[in-house]
Amino acid sequence: MHLDHDHQHGPAAVSADARRPDGTRRALRIGLGGPVGSGKTATVAALCRVLRDELSLAVVTNDIYTREDAEFLLREAVLPPERITAVETGACPHTAIRDDISANLEAVEDLEEEVGPLDLILVESGGDNLTATFSKGLVDAQVFVIDVAGGDDIPRKGGPGVTTADLLVVNKTDLAPYVGSDLARMAADAKAQRAELPVVFQSLRGETGVADVARWVRERLAAWTA
Amino acid sequence: MDGVTGTGVRATARIVARADGRGATSLPVLEGEGPLALRRTRGSGAEARVTVVGAMSGPLGGDRFAIAATVERGARLRVGSAAATIALPGQAKGEARYDVRLDVAEGGELHWLPEQLISVKGSDLYVTTRVDVAAGGRLVLREEQVLGRAGEAPGRLSSRLTVRVAGAPVLDQELSCGPGAPGGWDGPAVLAGHRAVGQLIVVRPEFVAEPVVARMLGECVALTPLAGPAVLVSALAADGLRLRRVLDAALGELGG
Amino acid sequence: MSRAALLVLADGRFPAGGHAHSGGAEVAVRAGRITGAASLEEFCRGRLHTAGLTAAALAAAAVLGLEVRELDAAADARTPSPALRGAARKLGRQLLRAARATWPSPELDAVAAEFPKGAHQPVVLGVVARTAGLSARDAAYCAAYECVSGPATAVVRLLSLDPFEATAVLGRLAPEVDRVVDRAAEAAREAVDEGVDALPAASAPLLEIGAEWHAGWAVRLFAS
Repeated sequence: MHLDHDHQHGPAAVSADARRPDGTRRALRIGLGGPVGSGKTATVAALCRVLRDELSLAVVTNDIYTREDAEFLLREAVLPPERITAVETGACPHTAIRDDISANLEAVEDLEEEVGPLDLILVESGGDNLTATFSKGLVDAQVFVIDVAGGDDIPRKGGPGVTTADLLVVNKTDLAPYVGSDLARMAADAKAQRAELPVVFQSLRGETGVADVARWVRERLAAWTA
Repeated sequence: MDGVTGTGVRATARIVARADGRGATSLPVLEGEGPLALRRTRGSGAEARVTVVGAMSGPLGGDRFAIAATVERGARLRVGSAAATIALPGQAKGEARYDVRLDVAEGGELHWLPEQLISVKGSDLYVTTRVDVAAGGRLVLREEQVLGRAGEAPGRLSSRLTVRVAGAPVLDQELSCGPGAPGGWDGPAVLAGHRAVGQLIVVRPEFVAEPVVARMLGECVALTPLAGPAVLVSALAADGLRLRRVLDAALGELGG
Repeated sequence: MSRAALLVLADGRFPAGGHAHSGGAEVAVRAGRITGAASLEEFCRGRLHTAGLTAAALAAAAVLGLEVRELDAAADARTPSPALRGAARKLGRQLLRAARATWPSPELDAVAAEFPKGAHQPVVLGVVARTAGLSARDAAYCAAYECVSGPATAVVRLLSLDPFEATAVLGRLAPEVDRVVDRAAEAAREAVDEGVDALPAASAPLLEIGAEWHAGWAVRLFAS
């Protein structure tokens, strides 16, 4: 096919193009953002453990302090080291995932080239504030992770992350009784902010663990490859 | 030697090293003059040794010194100097020049290890060193610059060091310091008060198959593989003595 | 083609990855060599007349049509630190990505295809400037200014330096940026006839040595 021929000899894509230079479909890219300490890295680690046997996957971390999160994932041995890449963010994690996504695009493309073919790449943001969202030029869908200990008024406060993320995860529900967070109120506020967009309440220590988020990821992947 | 003229001294020295076919190196050309007198010294094994003997201090303002060495296929040459080269202020106007041209053929090996170049207050010297190493040639080159004698402000010293291997550039570095040099030369990006700056370049064909890993050899000493079969050790030190110590250690680290 | 393209290209928000690089300032801060506005200014001045001049001349030469591969090799030889060569290629690749979206052209596509791992950023900058209809001097201005604005922005973050003081440093350096651009543009013109060896190779030992130290840190804010 003429188009494929062009792709085979052309240079790499500029940003979110769904196809790689050789014409094949690239991996689905899912971003995970949210405030510091809400459990993004733990969620990524849990997702890797659940999905690594059924999917070819890789992770890009964006640290405030380079490599901390990548090294956590390496220590936990959730993926072989060549499937985990860290991107430096120059003290501005939100810039690297939203305003200037070029370093992250290099990272995801390098991963596909070096360890691919890949089905899924998880891009984890450095911990940031409630306004930090991923550019559509970088990811196909994004998950915003907050936790009950950060205050049960976060869903009410809203902000781009809480309001527009494709999936909102309220993490550490097991801590709710200890920090006095009202889960029902959080759910109602989230519903008010997000209308039909899904919300998952999760405790990684609980029996279901990351299962709900993993199911959502599988649905996304099915839609991507359809 | 063109002699002393109104524009300073011109002096040229030439060395050609040739494999004599019996496992040793002969020196069919060994020509020096005036401040660039050459002396053949005792070599070891296949290697010929030459010492540059400074007959007078220099270069001074307006002087033009040039030295060229050619190491032919399979020959081995080691060149050193009897004493430091001291750039001094001269009566003639303008900068002094010191040009070094080195050629190493395939299978040839050159160790170019002169003593330090000391830039004295009021002097103005421009040094160029251009090295061409053919594919399969070997080089160890040390360059040390000391800015001022002990406790003295430096003169103006500019240098350019260019190394090519098999025709491709692997190192091209200019450094300009002292009064009249572009701003910031002694600031936190360039020398930050260090008074001795040195480079050690090693070219070996083996580096292609066994690349050297970049590493720090001291607080201001880095060993770095270049884009080609060559390694550079770049060092800053408080004075010439300390600089020599770190460069000697670095050469030891690289296996002499 | 518009002169205002220069503003687009030189804008600190142009998404080409520069925000994650400190130009050696992170190391200089850690080593105690940059502690405030005065030492930042000396740092930037030294960087401008060394790495800045060299980068500006490479960029200008690329605008004048010197061979990209030859300029890239010249940039390699002028960058002994492998950490800095890596950073320059990464930034070159990121710049090319942003430029291909901004000023689509077969010339930029060709460079992307020839250098899948990136060419040195100043060389790419020159090719991009030409594609955007800018001159050799314009490209030299971008390179020279970027080499001081990057560290200044980084030091605002690293030392919580008053941003007005950091910007005043850039203002004071502006006349020197002009002079560096003049030298770079002249050298680039000479290189058209004499080849890439005519381009300056001004270097800063501490930037090169410091980059290797920085590359070994387990924890750092900036990529270089």
